[in-house]
Amino acid sequence: MRALASLLAVTALAAVAAPAALASEQHPTLAEIEPEVMCLVCKTTLDQSDSAFANQERTLIRRLIDRGYTKSQIKKKLVAEYGPEILAAPPDNGFNILAWWLPIAGILAGGVALGWLAWRWSRGRRGPPGELPSAPLEPDVEQQLDRELARFDV
Amino acid sequence: MSGRLKLTGQVVALTLVAGLLGLLIWKVVHGSGTTAQPKNFDLERIDGRGKIELASLKGKVVVLNFMASWCVPCGQEAPGIERLWQQYRSKDVVILGVDTADASEDARAFIRKHKLTYPVVRSVGYSLWGPYGLTGVPETRVIDRNGDYAKTQFHGAVSGPDLKAAIDQALRS
Repeated sequence: MRALASLLAVTALAAVAAPAALASEQHPTLAEIEPEVMCLVCKTTLDQSDSAFANQERTLIRRLIDRGYTKSQIKKKLVAEYGPEILAAPPDNGFNILAWWLPIAGILAGGVALGWLAWRWSRGRRGPPGELPSAPLEPDVEQQLDRELARFDV
Repeated sequence: MSGRLKLTGQVVALTLVAGLLGLLIWKVVHGSGTTAQPKNFDLERIDGRGKIELASLKGKVVVLNFMASWCVPCGQEAPGIERLWQQYRSKDVVILGVDTADASEDARAFIRKHKLTYPVVRSVGYSLWGPYGLTGVPETRVIDRNGDYAKTQFHGAVSGPDLKAAIDQALRS
């Protein structure tokens, strides 16, 4: 029942988000594109810059929006004009794909390492019930223990 | 078992470090450092009239003017560079504009506005910035007849008389 509710919630969320994403792709606004592209000269995203270069880039984006370009087409045009450095996030192909997958692989590897350490730690703390330490006693300690125990013998 | 795991961990860590070191070396060797000699390029002319390869200009004094249409000082220095082009074009001197970090439509408008007649090529991206030690635009590099950097180079806007002196010096050397 709980799983069904979760599934319904995810489906509802997707149903709301998908048209918005599609609208952003088909009819993007300048504000939607600005954080996703760079100002090459200032080394910041476009939304954080007001330089002459940034203003030219904004004008070009507005021009492309007016011409009916989709968001993907605009980014493609920007790459053709300024080079791949114009994209804030590296493209997910070729060598750049490492930039996407390495962090995920790192998180997974870290999770596995943490899980393994936790498992090992919990095994080390919890020995089998009733079992005595197996390390042998020092001879003089053992003799003293025998003497003490002998006092209780009847 | 624990010792073996530890060893595996150490091997993995060492491999990662070696890989990162390899990447660093590759970046230094093939990367964006300034080169001692002008890096060759073969770039499309902005007017669509073919390509220009730097190596093909060997034997002439070459002035590379890195510019962009959005850059105000580029517009200020452009008329002076055009006058020098008119003065030196028949004297084994090639002035070549290199439009970089720029939108092509705007670059063409810039050329029309300033009535530039010297050839302008288009460099997309940053591939020439490192080799030519560019930190912005405008910057101007003078290359002698042997294909080496001339003594005088310009960072920032260049005045006509200063560039003329550098060209004359390169022609004499």
